[in-house]
Amino acid sequence: MNNPFEGPKLFSPSFVDALRAYAPELLEVRAAGAGTVPEVPHGTTVAAVRFADGVAMGGDRRATEGMNIAKRDIEKVFPADDFSAVAIAGAAGPAIEMVRLFQTELEHYEKIEGSPLSLEGKANKLGQMVRGNLPLAMQGLVVLPLFCGYDTRRQAGRIFRYDVTGGRWEDADYHATGSGGRDARGSLKKRWRGDMDGDTAVEVLVEALYDAADEDAATGGPDLVRGIFPVVATVTGEGYRRVPDDELRKAAERLVAARAQGEAER
Amino acid sequence: MSVPFYVPPEQLTKEKAEFARKGIARGRPLIVLEYSGGILFVAENPSTHLHKVAELYDRIAFCAVGRFSEFENLRQAGVRLADIRGYAYGREDVTSRSIANAYSQTLGQIFVQEFKPYEVELCVAEVGTDDTPNAMYHVVFDGNVFDRKGFLAMGGQSDELNSELQRAYDENMELDAALQLAMRVLPRVAPAGETGNSRLEVAVLERDRPRRSFRRLSQEDVESRAGEPAT
Repeated sequence: MNNPFEGPKLFSPSFVDALRAYAPELLEVRAAGAGTVPEVPHGTTVAAVRFADGVAMGGDRRATEGMNIAKRDIEKVFPADDFSAVAIAGAAGPAIEMVRLFQTELEHYEKIEGSPLSLEGKANKLGQMVRGNLPLAMQGLVVLPLFCGYDTRRQAGRIFRYDVTGGRWEDADYHATGSGGRDARGSLKKRWRGDMDGDTAVEVLVEALYDAADEDAATGGPDLVRGIFPVVATVTGEGYRRVPDDELRKAAERLVAARAQGEAER
Repeated sequence: MSVPFYVPPEQLTKEKAEFARKGIARGRPLIVLEYSGGILFVAENPSTHLHKVAELYDRIAFCAVGRFSEFENLRQAGVRLADIRGYAYGREDVTSRSIANAYSQTLGQIFVQEFKPYEVELCVAEVGTDDTPNAMYHVVFDGNVFDRKGFLAMGGQSDELNSELQRAYDENMELDAALQLAMRVLPRVAPAGETGNSRLEVAVLERDRPRRSFRRLSQEDVESRAGEPAT
């Protein structure tokens, strides 16, 4: 590591640029030779919905390693900063590292410049990080984040998804990604309303993750025995808020009861 | 071949120090105060965008007086050092002591090696948690570091300010009382001809605030707190 007090003069507010200048070893991803990558934990389904006051984002708690469950209570939804959230699907190791780098990048910019990046700027920055992961993605370690936040200028929630090349796509209403993403999207398609409130958005997300777990072996449903529920967060003009577990427990219990009744009436 | 004049190091050091001291004394003052719930920073600063007080890391802040271009350079380097260290190791491994040490080394080296020393004086302050005390490192233009306790005034008229503070300071002050004290002593040392009511830049490191404990106080907030009776 070089000394930022002596090293090359830097005019960039970017943390990645600071790492490149002073501690490039922390960015280095060694290109592995040919061969298959051993099984590593993979995170599965994450989803985001826009609602009247902002956005909500949720993820199930399962990580899989091939056919095995690697972790029952992994977290896939993180605050990126006070007004945005990021959720990850794909190879969990590089994904969580990407989140850490992204969080530091946003905080660093804010401190150097004295004001935060625009939501658009944050979304673009994350796209560059996904693109940087392309060599690993080509070896099977794909990382696909979902990004959402409250745009303080437009005063609205916005959702962005990515492809492995770093392509960035904005979704006007909702999106879900990961192995159960398709099933979650099917569920969201039926229940999403643009004018719903925050509590409804949380319920809609919990239901979409339940439906994904119903169809996809790699997605975990609510675990009432162990008390493990999806991680759900909302971002509004008031900032990032993680929905407390007891609220999620209630939402999950209501949903399970409703489904049980539906089964009984068939 | 021309031989440069020999200047004895004592004289060189003395003249450089005098130069730096004069430059710093021309600037407006800044006060750092420990209060019961954290650390308060009050700076006379006519600009709303060129800050003298800023966040370095979760519980650590930076403040400086003197030449803006010089301390802004140091501030940015401090943010980079803190963020790189926190990213490479862990957030708890970023300490005010190591950052203050980096500032001390840098200013010391510049003072000895460069033709013109930096005309800056800065403080790296870290708010403690429930069982750890606050830390305040005062780093001066030649790289000397002083471990301060309670309060510190830097910049123009800092000697008068420090003795004013010495008289009135009480470590159990609440935020409002600390702010009122700072606002009371600052105009007293204003040079003749100035009203002493210049714009104040006010920020705090709050002990009870999780993670990033640095917060700026808006002008309205400052006015309303200053208006309330001391608690």
